[in-house]
Amino acid sequence: MTEAAVEPATIAEQHRPPGLRALPRWAVLAGLAALLVAAALVSAAIGSAGIPPGRLAAALGLTGGDGAAAEVARDRLILLSIRLPRIVLAVAVGALLATSGTIMQGLFRNPLADPGLVGVSAGAGLAAAATIVLGDKILGGALGPELLPVAAFLGALAVTAMLYRIATSEGRTSIATLLLAGLALGALAGAGTGLLVFLADDRQLRDITFWTLGSLAGSTWPKVWAMAPFLFGVLAALPVIARGLDMLVLGEAEAFHMGVPVEGLKRFAIVLVAAAAGAAVAASGVIGFVGIVVPHLLRLVIGPGHRTLLPAAVLFGGVVLLVADSLARTLAAPAELPVGIVTAILGAPFFLLLLLRQRAVVGL
Amino acid sequence: MTAIAAEAVTVRAGRATLLDNVDLAVGAGETVAIVGPNGAGKSTLLRVLSGELRPQGGHVRLKNEALGAYPPRTLSGHRAVLSQNVAVAFPFTVEEIVRMGAGDRHGRAADALVEAALAEVDLLGFRHRIVTTLSGGEQHRAHFARVLVQLARGEQDHGPGLLLLDEPTAALDLRHQIDFVASTRARAKAGTAVIAVLHDLNLAASFADRVVAMHRGRVAADGPPRTVITPDMLARVFDVALASCGLPVGVPCVLPHMIAPRTRNAPPAATRYQS
Repeated sequence: MTEAAVEPATIAEQHRPPGLRALPRWAVLAGLAALLVAAALVSAAIGSAGIPPGRLAAALGLTGGDGAAAEVARDRLILLSIRLPRIVLAVAVGALLATSGTIMQGLFRNPLADPGLVGVSAGAGLAAAATIVLGDKILGGALGPELLPVAAFLGALAVTAMLYRIATSEGRTSIATLLLAGLALGALAGAGTGLLVFLADDRQLRDITFWTLGSLAGSTWPKVWAMAPFLFGVLAALPVIARGLDMLVLGEAEAFHMGVPVEGLKRFAIVLVAAAAGAAVAASGVIGFVGIVVPHLLRLVIGPGHRTLLPAAVLFGGVVLLVADSLARTLAAPAELPVGIVTAILGAPFFLLLLLRQRAVVGL
Repeated sequence: MTAIAAEAVTVRAGRATLLDNVDLAVGAGETVAIVGPNGAGKSTLLRVLSGELRPQGGHVRLKNEALGAYPPRTLSGHRAVLSQNVAVAFPFTVEEIVRMGAGDRHGRAADALVEAALAEVDLLGFRHRIVTTLSGGEQHRAHFARVLVQLARGEQDHGPGLLLLDEPTAALDLRHQIDFVASTRARAKAGTAVIAVLHDLNLAASFADRVVAMHRGRVAADGPPRTVITPDMLARVFDVALASCGLPVGVPCVLPHMIAPRTRNAPPAATRYQS
């Protein structure tokens, strides 16, 4: 090349892709899947009632086991009715949060966008709280728990659509406007949730507190079933949206020039962000920073191409929330920390670091 | 064959009329340079021709079909657009950006297009660099390669297409300006219709078969470079006096006077120097 001054090392560097981008897509996803299985096994074994690895296989019915039948039955009960639904829900919520964050960052073309930070989760929380309180009051409890994800989805959709209208004009998104508008909408949703507290009875109050803190403590199979359609719907949509999101990174005009139906793509992305964030919030309350940390770390290692990034975020989001929840269960045992606190402690400094590096771009 | 034809195109933004009754037809294999002062409507016209902006009045036909009737995906197979500034928000490598032009085409077919385009813009050694770490001109060449891939992909499927370029040489050094002109000329020779917004009149004269001078949203002159780039047009449209530098290259060549007497909105020279 014409640049004679470059160091030999730099030239060598130019001949291979940065990070692990040279790895084939299947290898990246297989590696992350293996990580997820390992995290799930560790998480199943540890806790206030520990199940050593030898007994884990027996409890799952994989081996005959050498323990007493009563012990196996006890392990089995703990595993199937307490620990497994929690693991499944943690993985699903982590996957949805990371996916929601990744799509939102693609839509707003900025790595600082996150449903937890810009009020989307707060909007979903308000809708969920309103369903708990007003649903009971007006309909006398006729609303089942399966309606919560739907309500949370609608709340998240309203906030995401409003944010997009406020922060984007003529195809350009102002990240400062986005963050500030998100702050305002989040505060508004928080105030609404606060008002509902006055209307709530004791049981509802417990539920609402649970939502605002973010916890996986109440994980049950019915909660898993209620969020399953959202999870599979979002997963099925990922291959459809990946290529369009890549092109949108160059701007709306360029995406259109390359053949992307931009308006349709944006609307679809907004619905997906809301569906993923809403279902996650309905199941576990507001858990922050997973949506920002996971895609950012992945982009550094495997690059920003959404065809690999989106499924990788699904798997790695599951890993991250599962690890965070295992920490929440065990750090202060026998007591338990809300997992939202763990992710905030780990994620907030990370976000600040990102903000410092992006300060020039953000213009704050 | 007419590649694209705009008839009586009018675009308004608020009270301002950005394009006023513009007619422009460009045939396959033709290279057209659109020139004009700032605010003349050059970029707006390009946005209309690309399908990005729908005019309030008039019609645009691409290959004899209404431009608005093409779905975005189909349209991308018939015309490619190089914008002036493209901001990439995430750390894509040069090769990843160029590959976007291949659309849903994968494997060896896409690889061949990508390799050819990278070689053509002289970025083969930069393929694994993060695009935002490159200089402005290098980034621009990366996007030009992406556009070339899209054009080549479309032309394999649908025959000669349309290439729209907004200020394609502003960021390029001399070497790459010349390479760029060679690239576009080769495309035109193969039947592609090329339309470029250009500021450099000398480049316009050497690049294009035909120059369209825009002024206040209208077409002020349209024809071969020799008949359009004249002292009269330059004074009328650009509001400057220019001298021909008379190089023996067979194309018009202009140099702005360093102290250009304004032909409008300025007091007569006599009164200017009196006080």
